[in-house]
Amino acid sequence: MQFMLLFSRQGKLRLQKWYVPLSDKEKKKITRELVQTVLARKPKMCSFLEWRDLKIVYKRYASLYFCCAIEDQDNELITLEIIHRYVELLDKYFGSVCELDIIFNFEKAYFILDEFLLGGEAQETSKKNVLKAIEQADLLQESQSEDWGSLPNEEIL
Amino acid sequence: MALKIVKGSIDRMFDKNLQDLVRGIRNHKEDEAKYISTCIDEIKQELKQDNIAVKANAVCKLTYLQMLGYDVSWAAFNIVEVMSSSKFTYKRIGYLAASQCFHESTDVIMLTTNQIRKDLSSPNQYDTGVALTGLSCFVTPDLARDLANDIMTLMSHTKPYIRKKAVLIMYKVFLKYPESLRPAFPRLKEKLEDPDPGVQSAAVNVICELARRNPKNYLSLAPLFFKLMTSSTNNWVLIKIIKLFGALTPLEPRLGKKLIEPLTNLIHSTSAMSLLYECVNTVILCVQKLRILIEDSDQNLKYLGLLAMSKILKTHPKSVQSHKDLILQCLDDKDESIRLRALDLLYGMVSKKNLMEIVKKLMLHVDKAEGTTYRDELLTKIIDICSQSNYQYITNFEWYISILVELTRLEGTRHGHLIASQMLDVAIRVKAIRAFAVAQMATLLDNAHLLTGNTQRNGICEVLYAAAWICGEFSEHLENPMQTLEAMLRPKVATLPGHIQAVYVQNSAKLFATVLKSQEGDTDSTTTQEASQLMIDRLPLFVQSANLEVQERASCILQLVKYIQKLQQKDVEVAEEVCALFAGELNPVAPKAQKKVPVPEGLDLDAWINEPPSESESEDEQPKAIFTKEEPKHSRPRHTEVDEKELARRREARKQEQANNPFYIKASPSSQKVYQDTSGVEHIPVVQIDLSVPLKVPGLPMSDQYVKLEEERRQKVRAEKKKKEKKKRKEKRSGRGRKHDSGPESEEDIAPAHMVDIVTEEMPENALPSDDDERDPSDPHKALDIDLDKPLADNEKLPVRSHRAVEAQKSPVEDGERENAASQEPKKKSSKDKKEKKKDKDRDRKVKVQDYSTLTSLSVVCDIQGNLQDGSQVVVSVIFENKCESFLKSMEFNVLDSLNSKLQRPEGSGPHDGLVVPFQLPPGVSNEARFVFTVQSIVMPQKLKGTLTFIVKNEDSSTHEKLDFKLHFTCTSYLITTPCYSDAFAKLLESGDLKSSSIRLEGVNMPFHHLLARICFHHHFSVVERIDSCASMYSRSIQGHHVCLLVKTSAQTVSIDAKCDEPTLLGNVLDEIKQTFSQC
Repeated sequence: MQFMLLFSRQGKLRLQKWYVPLSDKEKKKITRELVQTVLARKPKMCSFLEWRDLKIVYKRYASLYFCCAIEDQDNELITLEIIHRYVELLDKYFGSVCELDIIFNFEKAYFILDEFLLGGEAQETSKKNVLKAIEQADLLQESQSEDWGSLPNEEIL
Repeated sequence: MALKIVKGSIDRMFDKNLQDLVRGIRNHKEDEAKYISTCIDEIKQELKQDNIAVKANAVCKLTYLQMLGYDVSWAAFNIVEVMSSSKFTYKRIGYLAASQCFHESTDVIMLTTNQIRKDLSSPNQYDTGVALTGLSCFVTPDLARDLANDIMTLMSHTKPYIRKKAVLIMYKVFLKYPESLRPAFPRLKEKLEDPDPGVQSAAVNVICELARRNPKNYLSLAPLFFKLMTSSTNNWVLIKIIKLFGALTPLEPRLGKKLIEPLTNLIHSTSAMSLLYECVNTVILCVQKLRILIEDSDQNLKYLGLLAMSKILKTHPKSVQSHKDLILQCLDDKDESIRLRALDLLYGMVSKKNLMEIVKKLMLHVDKAEGTTYRDELLTKIIDICSQSNYQYITNFEWYISILVELTRLEGTRHGHLIASQMLDVAIRVKAIRAFAVAQMATLLDNAHLLTGNTQRNGICEVLYAAAWICGEFSEHLENPMQTLEAMLRPKVATLPGHIQAVYVQNSAKLFATVLKSQEGDTDSTTTQEASQLMIDRLPLFVQSANLEVQERASCILQLVKYIQKLQQKDVEVAEEVCALFAGELNPVAPKAQKKVPVPEGLDLDAWINEPPSESESEDEQPKAIFTKEEPKHSRPRHTEVDEKELARRREARKQEQANNPFYIKASPSSQKVYQDTSGVEHIPVVQIDLSVPLKVPGLPMSDQYVKLEEERRQKVRAEKKKKEKKKRKEKRSGRGRKHDSGPESEEDIAPAHMVDIVTEEMPENALPSDDDERDPSDPHKALDIDLDKPLADNEKLPVRSHRAVEAQKSPVEDGERENAASQEPKKKSSKDKKEKKKDKDRDRKVKVQDYSTLTSLSVVCDIQGNLQDGSQVVVSVIFENKCESFLKSMEFNVLDSLNSKLQRPEGSGPHDGLVVPFQLPPGVSNEARFVFTVQSIVMPQKLKGTLTFIVKNEDSSTHEKLDFKLHFTCTSYLITTPCYSDAFAKLLESGDLKSSSIRLEGVNMPFHHLLARICFHHHFSVVERIDSCASMYSRSIQGHHVCLLVKTSAQTVSIDAKCDEPTLLGNVLDEIKQTFSQC
């Protein structure tokens, strides 16, 4: 996988993860182009499209679009499953996740993604293991931050 | 409750946390940019504070802003600071920010090497985890080279959590530093059989990705993967393995047969569509299964079915062609992606036989299609399909020309030029068709008004370019050149784009020449005079054109015609001379022709024609003063600053100058305006013709009639053939020929309508056949095409920092046997001499060599680091790795204390007691332990002698072993990478408390940034400032000594001027730096 983007129906970027080194300018250009293309597609259309020399796999969950770019030989369906698995993980972690969860805890969303994918490849296929790793890292963070006064990452809403 | 109070105070302390920022942005929808710029100002303030929590919070906010598209590259150094925090909470945020914001050209990455190395070897697995995750996003070739060895060690970490991350990141390391592939590969291969499924799947992932790009190097792994495939139940892993086999099978056909059974099993048993798709993709014979996918109502499956179909098409076109009906159906699908996929398939499915039929269907779609994008796509596909492999499938070019003419009816297409180039190509290369083509083009020109409804956005008028050129160039085929000439000089032409007008004007001259020639010898000269008069009447319009090209050509030709007219009035024969202007035939030249011209003997293209200017001049000038804050003398030349007023003045002057220059054609905002200004053209009415209803251009042929004609022709040919065959059969009286007339005609039977001579493109003489330059040289995977089965050579070991390895002291007995042990493990010796085998093994175990990568039983690698918190402590982390097949236990670590340095032992133990290493080592496992030493003075380097005792346990016996080593406490290891700002640095130097010293290094042959990176990396310095080939660097010892360096380089000499408050320490550090560079 080359990169993953999460954006809202309004085209606002919510999360971006790049597994290939690109300059900021290029990233911006790609994002703009892709958001436009994907948003223009109708709901009944299939989840794949060819773009430059990559394949784009996207799926909409509620108001969020999850969009991955994969290489020519990669399997589209497994990418859809990766997206779905990520959504499941977010859901488990936040408890019925919504767009706001991701906006306000965007670093957590990244941490979860990083436990699930590494360098664009699936690193852990077991949901349980991913969540366990995140929980333990969170615990570590909590116990450390108590002596400092916590960085207010927890929900304050 | 207490926590709440703390939180409250913290909240007050922070101006804003991330949540506040996000909420703020949402509340300031109207003036978002302004709001964010105030936030960034606040963040800048927060970053100036010393409190790491505040900094981390600021960096966290920046990461969010980065996602919104704001530039945060200025904070890269702060991100590094947060990364270096010892608290996981902040480290995590720092690494996240780094992975989002850093890329290869971020220069502070160079400073992170040591920090990352430290985190990688942290006893806390989550520290290691975030470091690995972050590294996967911003690894650079330098980082990959420096850290490859550390990551490789982590591949054998005790925790699967770390192992799997390390394995995955190795792929990125290979891409950036291909030299690491061979040394790391054996261990990677081992991981395929790791007890942890996560690690195993990571290893499969990496090897699959590697093998896909360079399959031939991985053939030897096929049996192992075959075993995995039949035993694994993890779909994610299976998909990767099957993909891998897909890459291997073309190289080893025997694999295909073996794979059929497990793959069919999977196809029948799996419920996962993704796995099924992968299998089908690999076994590309399952076309029938694909039909089910395409017929499915799920759009996704339909799409993938078509995609897989197109892959099969490449190898088995016959089996796909039978599904033509289904694919044509897909053209009616609502989803554009699916229609496009189906189009792709059609491209590969055409044959001489079905081309006309398919194109006919597509033409229908063109008429129906809504949306210009799809229609344009159809248009290009029709042209692609017809023109593929040098018009291989076209049997009737009259039909093709008429198809092209029909396509010109498309309004608003962007691909006018495509049609035009096809027309030109066919007319030029198919000589037999020229007369027909010219006739068609003449009609097209005559009806040009229908095509040029709105020239502004109508790309179709490009075809007129082709039409005009063809009519002009091949005008001898024209039936009525006068009429065409008239058509080409209509006033309406002046509304066409300039480059088309230019062709019109030029070709009208060619036509004129033809008219003259055809009338030559005729006594009646009215036609020629009419022609000249027509030219003289109409050309002035073009002479006034705003387009330079048109104007120039028109005025040239106008003068020519005027002269000719004069001659005509004197009855002089001019036709021949005029024709000579356009004599000679234009031949198409192949696009590669230039490249294929062989280089003449004795010509060296790489040699300099003139000597390049010498670079030495600019280097003479160097900053003289050391350590003074000077203005960089040879920084980039500053742009001369010009203010607005000055610019405006210059602009005005330029305009004035242009106005006075008679040769300068004034720019006008649009061509529309120009033509209104020009007198004489005003009266031409511009008629807008609505072309939304497909028009039948009168007099233009319909391609359908050619389809019919062609059918009839083929029938006839077939009938004739049959007759002939019958005759033959009668003559021979044998039943052999029967096969031929039953069943549909085969490809070869269809003869082209007329002998078509497709002129091939011209190539230079003795062109070199070189088509193997297809592969993209910038592809990173090309570098990974490495033979992995060759044994490792000595120079291929991964770089290890020199002072990290423990110097081993070998007992005298072992010296002689070291080579023996290193060259070959005895384990594969025949079972007979068991005793000897065991003895050999024991010897193996004793051998301790400096470099771990030789085959030894136990390797000890250590890293010595000063402790920042305590000025008198040094932490030595030691990685123990068991390299034999026995169990190692009861390890005890002991060091002979010196006066200056002492190993910290638990209370109550004597000064000579060893420390127990808190773990045991199963075969092949490595682990790390840390030992703390107290040191009094840090100004001198020191060597401590130590021993490691351990028990080697076999099934039947256990033996005590001892390993001697030396710990080298260099002065460098007392230094801690500490960033320093340039102003603080300047102050420090000005204070005058520092003593100076300097060294010179000769013959250092490496780029300056490598040199700096090396000093940073090996000696724990950070770069304060760098100006061209001169840099200032800073580091601090654990006891607070400041060490400042000024490094300069010219040619191959590096001079280092240094200052420090402790001269002895400085001297030793400089010696160590010298040592580092003498080794390279």
